[in-house]
Amino acid sequence: MSEVRETPLPGVGIRYDFVTRSGARLGVLVHHGGRRSLLVYSVEDPDACRVTVELDGEDALTLAELLGAAHIGQALAAMQQEVQGLAIDWLTVAPSSPAVGHSLAELAVHTRTGVSVVAVLRGTETIPAPGAEARLQAGDTIVGVGTAEGMQRLYALLESG
Amino acid sequence: MSLGAGPAPAGTLVELGAVFLGLGILARLARRVALSPIPLYLLAGLVIGSGRVPSLRLSEEFITTAAELGVLLLLFALGLEYSGDELSGALRSQFPAGLLDAACNFTPGFVAGLALGWSALSAALLGGVTYISSSGVISKLLTDLGRLGNRETPSVLGILVIEDLAMAVYLPVVSVLLLGEDMEDAGLAVLLALGAVTAFLVLALRYGERVSELFHSRSDEVLLLMTVGVVLLVGGVAIRLQVSAAIGAFLVGIGLSGPARDRAAELVEPLRTLFAATFFLFFGLQIDAADLVPVVGVAAALGVVTAVTKVGVGWWAAARSGISTRGRMRAGTALIARGEFSIVIAGLAAGAAGVHPDLGPTAAAYVLLTAVVGPVVTRFADPLADRLVPGRGA
Repeated sequence: MSEVRETPLPGVGIRYDFVTRSGARLGVLVHHGGRRSLLVYSVEDPDACRVTVELDGEDALTLAELLGAAHIGQALAAMQQEVQGLAIDWLTVAPSSPAVGHSLAELAVHTRTGVSVVAVLRGTETIPAPGAEARLQAGDTIVGVGTAEGMQRLYALLESG
Repeated sequence: MSLGAGPAPAGTLVELGAVFLGLGILARLARRVALSPIPLYLLAGLVIGSGRVPSLRLSEEFITTAAELGVLLLLFALGLEYSGDELSGALRSQFPAGLLDAACNFTPGFVAGLALGWSALSAALLGGVTYISSSGVISKLLTDLGRLGNRETPSVLGILVIEDLAMAVYLPVVSVLLLGEDMEDAGLAVLLALGAVTAFLVLALRYGERVSELFHSRSDEVLLLMTVGVVLLVGGVAIRLQVSAAIGAFLVGIGLSGPARDRAAELVEPLRTLFAATFFLFFGLQIDAADLVPVVGVAAALGVVTAVTKVGVGWWAAARSGISTRGRMRAGTALIARGEFSIVIAGLAAGAAGVHPDLGPTAAAYVLLTAVVGPVVTRFADPLADRLVPGRGA
C-alpha cells in the first residue's frame, strides 16, 4: 500500500493524501462533521487541487464499494468457477431420525452418498472435520460438501436410515 | 411595557424588519459578486449613520444589545472552531510563522498610529486592527475557491489559529488598559487578567471534555439554550473581572469539546450570523461617513503595506512546508483580508477615554479596503506568482 500522509487542518478536519504509482497525487479531506471531499491534485502544480468532489456519507460508501468491490467481485467469480457442480448444504438431524446415536462410519455416509461431512454443529459448539467415529445426536446440523444428488441421498439417509 | 402590539412596538418591528431585510439584500448582493458581506454591512451602517436615511430611533436599544451579543457569539464560535489538540498542533508547527506574522503586521499599524501623534494605547489598538486577518472571510474564501485540500492551506489555517490565540492575550490586555487606570494599577490588572485567561485555558484543555459532557444533550433545544446561557453569563462575569466579555465567550468556546462542541457550533451559527451582521451595522452606525474622508489616505497606505507584509508571511510559511511559488502566493494573498476581529478591536475602543477619535473611522476604511481587495487579489494569485517568478510557475 502507498504511504498515506495525514495533515490536520484546524477548524476543518483532517486531510489524507498519497502519490499513486503513476505519480498523481490523490487525497481525501475528512471534515469535522464526517463529510468527505475527494481531492485530485493538479499535475502542473502539485500543491493545488484540480478537482474537489464533495461526498456525503452515502456517496463515500458507494465510491468505496466501487473501488474495493472490484477486487471482491473478481475473487468471487474465480471461486465459483472452481466449485462449479459442487453443493454445500446444512442438514438437521431430527430427533426421530434413525441416524441418532450412530457414528458416521456405522452410517457409511461417504460410501452411500458421496458426501463429505466437513463439520457438525451442535448447539453453540462446532466439530470441524469430524472423524468416522463421530456420533450424531438429535438436533445436530451436518455441514456436507458433495453433489446435489449426493445431498438428496444424505437427506433420505437421515430421514429413514 | 405592554405586551400588546401598540403603536410603538409596531414601529420598532417595522424598523427592525426593514434593517434585517436590508442586510439580507446586501448579503445576497455580496454572494452574487462572491465577496464577504461584512464590508457591505459596514457601508450600510455608515450610510444610515450619516443621516442620509431616516435614522433608527425606535430600535436603537435593541440594535445596541444585539451588537454586543454579536461580538460574544462571534468570539464564541471562533473558540469553538478549534479543539485543544488543533491549537497545540498549530502552535507547534506554525509558531515561527505566527511570530513573524505578529511582528510584520502589528508593527505597521502601531508605527502609523505613533506617527499620527496618537497615544501609545491608540497606536497599539491600530496595530491590532492591522495584525488580525479575518478567519471568517478567509475560511469561506478557501472553501469557495476549492482550496481547502490544497497543500498550502494548513500553513494558512495554522497562522489563523495562532492569531486567534494571540487575541486571547491581546484583548484582555487592551480592555484593561482601556479602563484608563494609572500605570501601576493597570500593570497589576493586566497580570490578573492574563492569569485568569491562562488558568481558564489550562482548565479548559484539561477538564473541557468532562464539563462538555454535562452540556451534551440529545435535545438541540437544551443544548442551544444552555450554551447561549453560559456564553452570556461568562461574558458578564468576565466584564466584572475586567476581562472583556468577548474573551470570556472565546474561552467558553475553547473549553467546549467533543460531540457537544460540534453540535453547538451548528446550532449557534444562525444566531451568530444574525447578531454579527447587526454588530457590523452598529459599528458603521457609530461612524459619520464624513469622518472617513480624512483617514482614507492613511487607511489605504496601511492597506497596501500590510497586504505586502501578509503576502510575505504567507509566502514564507508555505515555503517552509515545501510549497512551490504558486502555492506560496496563494497562501500569502489569502491572508490579506481583515474583517470581524479588526472591527471587534476598534469597537471595543469606541468611545473610551484616551482613544483617538480617528481610530474607528480608520479601522472601518481599512477593513472596507482589505476585505474587498484581499479576496479579489487571491483569485489572481497564480498568474501573479508566474509573473513574479517567471518560468518557475509550476
